[in-house]
Amino acid sequence: MTTSAPALATPRAERTAETAAPADRRGTTAESARRSLPVDLQAVGRRFGERTVLRDVDVALHPGEVVAVLGASGCGKSTLLRAVGGLDAGHDGQVLIDGAPVKPFDERTAVGFQEPRLLPWRSIRRNVALGMPRGVSRAAGRERVDELLRLVGLAERAELRPREISGGMAQRASLARALARRPGVLLLDEPFGALDALTRLKMQDLLLDVHAQTGTTVLLVTHDVDEALQLADRILLLGADPAEDADDAPEGATVSRLLEVPGERPRDRASAELATLRGELLAGLGVDAHEH
Amino acid sequence: MAETTREQNQECAPARIRRVPGGRVALGAIVPLVLLLVWWLVTDILGLFSSVQLPAPQEVVAAGVELHERGELGQHVAISVQRVLLGFGIGAVLGLAVGSLLGLSRIADTLLQPTIGAFRAVPSLAWVPLLILWMGIYEDSKVTLIAIGAFFPVFTAVYSALRHVDPQLVEAGRAFGLHGVRLLTTVQLPAVVPSVFSGLRLALAQAWLFLVAAELIASSMGLGFVLTDSQNTGRTDRLLLAIILLAVIGKITDALLGLVERRALTTWA
Ligand SMILES: Nc1ncnc2c1ncn2[C@@H]1O[C@H](COP(=O)(O)OP(=O)(O)O)[C@@H](O)[C@H]1O
Ligand SMILES: [Mg+2]
Repeated sequence: MTTSAPALATPRAERTAETAAPADRRGTTAESARRSLPVDLQAVGRRFGERTVLRDVDVALHPGEVVAVLGASGCGKSTLLRAVGGLDAGHDGQVLIDGAPVKPFDERTAVGFQEPRLLPWRSIRRNVALGMPRGVSRAAGRERVDELLRLVGLAERAELRPREISGGMAQRASLARALARRPGVLLLDEPFGALDALTRLKMQDLLLDVHAQTGTTVLLVTHDVDEALQLADRILLLGADPAEDADDAPEGATVSRLLEVPGERPRDRASAELATLRGELLAGLGVDAHEH
Repeated sequence: MAETTREQNQECAPARIRRVPGGRVALGAIVPLVLLLVWWLVTDILGLFSSVQLPAPQEVVAAGVELHERGELGQHVAISVQRVLLGFGIGAVLGLAVGSLLGLSRIADTLLQPTIGAFRAVPSLAWVPLLILWMGIYEDSKVTLIAIGAFFPVFTAVYSALRHVDPQLVEAGRAFGLHGVRLLTTVQLPAVVPSVFSGLRLALAQAWLFLVAAELIASSMGLGFVLTDSQNTGRTDRLLLAIILLAVIGKITDALLGLVERRALTTWA
């Protein structure tokens, strides 16, 4: 079953990618098996015991689109991402990937966690290989892993152990592992949050390259407004619903805003249009933009 | 974890010692040699003790040679080593199996943990009369006692290590399509290798402890028998010989296990 699922899904993915091509603005390089799947969140919510963390999240991600999820710390960004990846079965509502409900640890998705989560006793190469779908021949698997290692610039470090490389490299290895199964939806949970500023900028460029090559749909959780503005086609701001009265709104975060980011990537960080958006987003996060 | 501290110690040792081959072994031999020298001084040279109280080193060597020439020394050593290895092997395998079962399965844990906890609370030597009653005073009861002694350190190490495998790594494994046996062999077992080895080394020490206990209580061969027999016949030289042999053989088996551990840790940790 594990072997046949990607093969079945691929033609479908190509079809959906073609019909929804406008969302994939950089999608020019045709990789052998580009996969991008649409994701439909319908009234997704999550309660932990008595406490409601998320409620009524309705969003549709177009195939090949990059959507950033912004929100204050602890508002439920990771919870939302885990629901989409099938890592958490306890949510309400429906998550549809390519029209079909998400399955536990869904193979059509791949997750890049906030921490690299590499197996410390395996070389970088074998960690990346862990992401390969079952039933790929040894030779094909090895070729694919080499290709991924080159893509994230780790070909020279392939035989090292995770503890022998820097945090940025470990995060790149984690990204390569997530890409190994050619996910139709790539889920990234603050993947660059722990990195220094310079490494973070490099990783953002790398992600754009990867996206250009693979065309995968990306759901990117971040708390960094500038990162969202640089990378995303659209930004989903989690928080209070502006249509509701702040005083007696129900508990839990929902879609506060969903806005389109103008301009082709890479974007000019100094553009006035982005500055206005940045101000709005910071205000939505409860930060006074003028103090920054 | 023990491995890293040992490596750090090595780092701290003066560079000159590390450069000499066997330098660490030579350093470690200083204290035993000094002890031997003091022993020789107070017995043979100064004559502070009678040979029943404390015989001179060469008398102990002579006792060893004598036993060897009668063909008994090798037999005592061989039977003791055999008992330890058998008991340790059985106890360790069972400890690994039961520890894995309870560490991985919530149902097995709920069902069996209270029982095993109660058995663990029994001081293991309390089993001796029962074992002798059931199995007689022959090999079975001794090997069983040693296996009991070796079981619990391994069980405890495996069980608690499996309970504490980084849940983030396990989740990552699942997210990349691993489950069941593949998840076990890819993530969970490798993650507990270091703890398993500290459990095994503890179990080996326990095995020697229980060997002596078993042989002191009832046996006609083995190093523990040499101990009681020499006590009864007033042969302090043989008594010391048995103690020294236990120390040396115990240290050798521990060092061998340490070698395996070192290899395993470079592969898995
Ligand atoms: N398994 C869980 N059990 C109970 N509470 C949880 C669990 N996972 C997350 N939470 C709570 O849900 C809230 C949102 O968590 P999370 O999605 O991780 O926030 P963030 O936006 O920082 O990623 C937090 O307050 C957290 O305490
Ligand atoms: Mg989070």
